[in-house]
Amino acid sequence: MAHQAEVSMKVNGAESKSVIEPRMLLVHYLREELNLTGTHIGCDTSQCGACTVLLDGDPVKSCTVLAVQANGKSITTVEGLASKEGLHPIQMSFWEKHGLQCGFCTPGVMIAAIGLLNENPDPSEEEIRLALEGVICRCTGYQFIVDAVKHAAQTLREAGETKVAMADSMKA
Amino acid sequence: MIPSTFSYVQAHSVEEAIRLLRESDGEGKLLAGGHSLVPLLKFRLTTPGTLIDIGEIPELRGVRKEGNRIVIGAMTTYRQVLSDPLVAQHLPLLAQAIGQIGDIQIRNRGTIGGNIAHADPAADLPGVALALDAMLEIQGEDGAELVEADGFFLGPLVTALPETSLLTSVSFLIPPEGARSTYLKYAHPASGYAVVGVCAIAALDPDGVVSTIRVAVNGAGDVAYRARSVEDKLLGHAPTAERIRQAASLAADDGEMGSDQFASEEYRRHLCCVYAQRALEAILL
Repeated sequence: MAHQAEVSMKVNGAESKSVIEPRMLLVHYLREELNLTGTHIGCDTSQCGACTVLLDGDPVKSCTVLAVQANGKSITTVEGLASKEGLHPIQMSFWEKHGLQCGFCTPGVMIAAIGLLNENPDPSEEEIRLALEGVICRCTGYQFIVDAVKHAAQTLREAGETKVAMADSMKA
Repeated sequence: MIPSTFSYVQAHSVEEAIRLLRESDGEGKLLAGGHSLVPLLKFRLTTPGTLIDIGEIPELRGVRKEGNRIVIGAMTTYRQVLSDPLVAQHLPLLAQAIGQIGDIQIRNRGTIGGNIAHADPAADLPGVALALDAMLEIQGEDGAELVEADGFFLGPLVTALPETSLLTSVSFLIPPEGARSTYLKYAHPASGYAVVGVCAIAALDPDGVVSTIRVAVNGAGDVAYRARSVEDKLLGHAPTAERIRQAASLAADDGEMGSDQFASEEYRRHLCCVYAQRALEAILL
């Protein structure tokens, strides 16, 4: 039993390995150990969803997961969305449909949306709203967020994408 | 917010978890999905010396049918329970209640055993456990035993679970054929936790008389309770609108109401009756 723990996880496809204190939250691990500051800390009380990341493909609130609980797992953050070819379709859709105002919640919203689109490539407006129940936009820009997710779903369907996020983040 | 320092160790089997609990001399705390515990750690409302992670013990996950019961491993997440066909078929009440817990991200992590063992008075599952006659399988140093959910919840965050034991599964009684059920809650607008939640299960015999009735309330006070006065008023009677109204007016009689800055004792009492009436009308009229 140690006050230090070694963790290794695959973050956006890259292996990471660190020795950390077990009390370190996953969001702090991502932001401070790996310098992936795209994942935001909003409420810090598992309400707002700004810190949402994919853990083995499922959206989770990284402020309420200890980094040691993610040991051996795959994580996708907002930094894992764009590729060398350009923005991810979900990012393009948020841009085109103006799915953000201040942008603070956007990383978490996009990741939550990807969690939905991975399971349901053709969601109804109601299904989109339900899937975004765990993310709060204090600018209240929900209508455009829903439009953006709908547009992303259409773009991905037309492109014939079966899985939305990087293959590395998906369950084996 | 950052938790205070603790040691961390992962258990790979139930036996190992029990051994680690014993070796921690009362300083150990089991970590399931962490969605009740991690917030408490962050507020430093609890400062265990050692966290014993039971998240990677495969035998603690899964849903199966045993006779007239559905047995759910303690580490099964809400999400897994919600997507399970056995639960959808036999325990719509459980699925309805779990669907109202937190949000998708939280349901991806939170576990059924964590919910029951944590015994948050405002959690949704203690009431469901009472309404569905849950039996809790508890494994300790001297082997496994089955404990009734009724009597397990002793106070806010306090249960009858011994210090060196582990809740390994929860089994729920499948309601009789033709029974209807619902879970209605008045959720706290900020936290989503139940200010008052009412579970009701009812079945009628061929003469239209109530032959099965279970009503349980959580959130209203320190512990969930069976609203036996409501049940007694309905059992053996035709469920007329007037009888339902009279029965529902007794919904706060069997429990102690809590009181805080959000909801007074009187208000909670009122909510119990209103939500009991709505629940009973939904399944009986």
